[in-house]
Amino acid sequence: MVRIRRFEEEAGKLMEDGKIPGALHLYVGQEAVAAGVMAHLSNKDQITSTHRGHGHVIAKGGQFSPMFAELYGKVTGYCKGKGGSMHISNMALGILGANGIVGGGPPIAMGAAFSNKFRKTKQVAVTFFGDGASNEGSFHEAANMAALYKLPCVFVCENNGFGEYTRQTNHQAVTDVADRAAGYGMPGVVVDGMDVMAVYEAAEEAIKRARAGEGPTLLECKTYRYFDHVGIRGMGLTYRTDEEVDAWKKRDAIASFEKLLTKQGILTAKKIENVYTRANEEIKEGVAFAEASPFPTEADLLEDVYFVGAAS
Amino acid sequence: MSEALKNGPRMLPYVSAITEAVRQVLEEQDNAFVAGEDVGQAGSVFGYYQGLLAEFGDRRIVDTPISEKGIIGLGVGAAATGCRPIIDIMFMDFLGECMDEVANQMAKMRFMFGGGATLPITVLTMAGAGMNLAAQHSQSWEAFLAHLPGVKVLMPSNAYDAKGMIIAAARDDNPVFVVLNKMSLAMQAEVPEEMYEVPIGRASIVREGSGFSIFAMGRMVHEALAAAKTLEGLGIDCEVVDVRSIQPFDSETAVASIKKTHRALIVHEAVRFGGFGGEIVAQLQEEAFDYLDAPIARVGAPFSPVPYSPALEKLYIPNAERIVAEVKKVLGI
Repeated sequence: MVRIRRFEEEAGKLMEDGKIPGALHLYVGQEAVAAGVMAHLSNKDQITSTHRGHGHVIAKGGQFSPMFAELYGKVTGYCKGKGGSMHISNMALGILGANGIVGGGPPIAMGAAFSNKFRKTKQVAVTFFGDGASNEGSFHEAANMAALYKLPCVFVCENNGFGEYTRQTNHQAVTDVADRAAGYGMPGVVVDGMDVMAVYEAAEEAIKRARAGEGPTLLECKTYRYFDHVGIRGMGLTYRTDEEVDAWKKRDAIASFEKLLTKQGILTAKKIENVYTRANEEIKEGVAFAEASPFPTEADLLEDVYFVGAAS
Repeated sequence: MSEALKNGPRMLPYVSAITEAVRQVLEEQDNAFVAGEDVGQAGSVFGYYQGLLAEFGDRRIVDTPISEKGIIGLGVGAAATGCRPIIDIMFMDFLGECMDEVANQMAKMRFMFGGGATLPITVLTMAGAGMNLAAQHSQSWEAFLAHLPGVKVLMPSNAYDAKGMIIAAARDDNPVFVVLNKMSLAMQAEVPEEMYEVPIGRASIVREGSGFSIFAMGRMVHEALAAAKTLEGLGIDCEVVDVRSIQPFDSETAVASIKKTHRALIVHEAVRFGGFGGEIVAQLQEEAFDYLDAPIARVGAPFSPVPYSPALEKLYIPNAERIVAEVKKVLGI
C-alpha cells in the first residue's frame, strides 16, 4: 500500500512537472483494494486493470523501474513505451493490461478465466473495474457468461463513488453495485474498501471459490480516490466538497493499518519509517532508470502491430 | 487408379468446406475451440458447424449467450492465455455490438503491450445481401476491419478458398477475420480433402486477360467473371483478380495486372463510398500511375442501407450488368 501511494504521489508530481507526458489517473486512496485482493494471487493468475491501474500493477508484482520508464514513454518500459499509463501490462506477471476503455477489462478477464477452465489449470482471473464501468454492457455480458460457464473469475468493483466526475447517485439507481450479482446468479459481497483486512478476507473467499470451480463472485469495495479523476489535485473541486475528501481521509487505509499493526506490536515507528524509506529508494532508482533510458526510435514504430514469424 | 480419377474431382459446397476446415483445425490444434451464438446445438444458423458438437463435445463447441462483447472478449482473453479460439459472429452486422472489443482491445492489445501479448484468434462472420434480410443482416463491413492496424481480413469467394483461408487463419498468430458470404453457401468448388492453406496476403488471378483488369471481392468475383464473359463477346479481354486478402492487400499482383492491361475496375458488394475499392484505386495510382490509360472505375452498392424488398435489393446489389456497363463507359463504347 505504501509502495503504491508513494509511487502515485511521485508519478503525479512528475506529470505536473511535465516530465511524464499524457494523462495519469492516480490510485491514491484506493490502495487497500489492490493490496487486499492481490495478496491471494500468484504471477500465474491473471488480472485486468483499469485506466487507474498503477496500483494493480504494483500489487501484482510490477517493478518501479520499468513502470516509470513506461510512463516516461521510454523503450525500457513494460510495453516499450507503446502503451503508457493506460495500457501498462506484463504478461509474465499475469497483467492483461490496464485499459483506457471503461468496462474494457471484464470481457477479457472472463475470456482468460474461460481459458483457465478450458486448459484445466487452477488459475483465477480477476477483473478490476469501477462503479462507472458497472453501467457498461461489457460488464454485464462478461458477468452473465462467467456465471453461466462457472468460470474461475472474480469481479472486483472498486466503487470510489464517481464515474469520472459524475457522482454515483447521478449515474446509477442502485447504491450497492454488488446487488447486480443477483441478476447473474453469483454471490455479491460488499466490503469496506478502506479496510485492507476486510478486503483481504472477502477476496480470499471469492478467489478460493473461483479456484475450486464454484464460479465467479462480485466483490464490491467501497473506496475513494483522494486526487482528481486525472492528476493530483484533490481539493477545491466543484463536483465534491473538501469536507467529503477529509472525511474519507480520516479512514485512510494505510494510516489505520499502521495503527492496527502497531497496536498489535507487529510494527514500530522505526519499522514504518523503514517501509517508506525503502519505497522512496525504489522510486529514486526507478525515476533515474526512466530518465536515463532511451526513447523508442522510428524502427520501433511499426513493430508489434502484428505477430511476425512462425506460428506457435 | 486414384479416388479422384475414379470419381472425378471432389466437389464441395462452400458451407461444407467451412465445416471441413473447422473440423480439421480442431483435430490439429488441441487448444482450439469454437464459441459463438448457436454454434453447438443448432450447428450455426447457416449450418456450417453441423455435427461438430457431437464430434467434439461442448468443451470445444461452445454455445454462447447473445452477447457479442462477451464473445469477442472471451476470444481475446482466451487467446492471450494460451488458447486458439475460433469465434463466430453470426452476422457481420453484429460487429456493431462489439466494436470496442474488436477495435480497441483485440486489434491493439499486442501493440499496446509492446509485443507482450499474442492473439491467435480466428473470427468467422457472415456478410452479404441477397436474402431479403434487410438493413441489419446484409452488410459488408470489410473496409471497417481493414482500417484497423492489428487485424487481418480475408474474403473467400469460393469453397476452395473458404477452407484454405480458415486453415491459414487458424494457424496464424494474429487476429484474422474470415468474412464469409451467405449467398455463396451452396456454391460448389473442387476442394481437396487434406488440409491446405490459402496464403494470407495473396490475391488470385481467376481469369487471365490482357485488355482490362477487374478487381473483385467476395461474391462479386462471380459477377466479375460473368461480366468478363459478356465483354469477351465484345472483344474485350478481361483479367479478373480475386482480391481475397483485404488486409494485408496484395498490391504486387494488382500492379502487375495494371502493367499488363492499363485499365481497371474495382467491384465490391459494400457501399461504394468509402469502400475498400477507394484504397485499391489510391494504391494503383501511387504505384502504377504511368501505366494507367484511363481513370479507374468502381462498382459498389449505392449510398443507402440494404433494402428489404426483393424489388429494391435486386437494384441495390452490384452485378455483372453494371460491371459491363462501367467497363464500356471507361472504354467509351
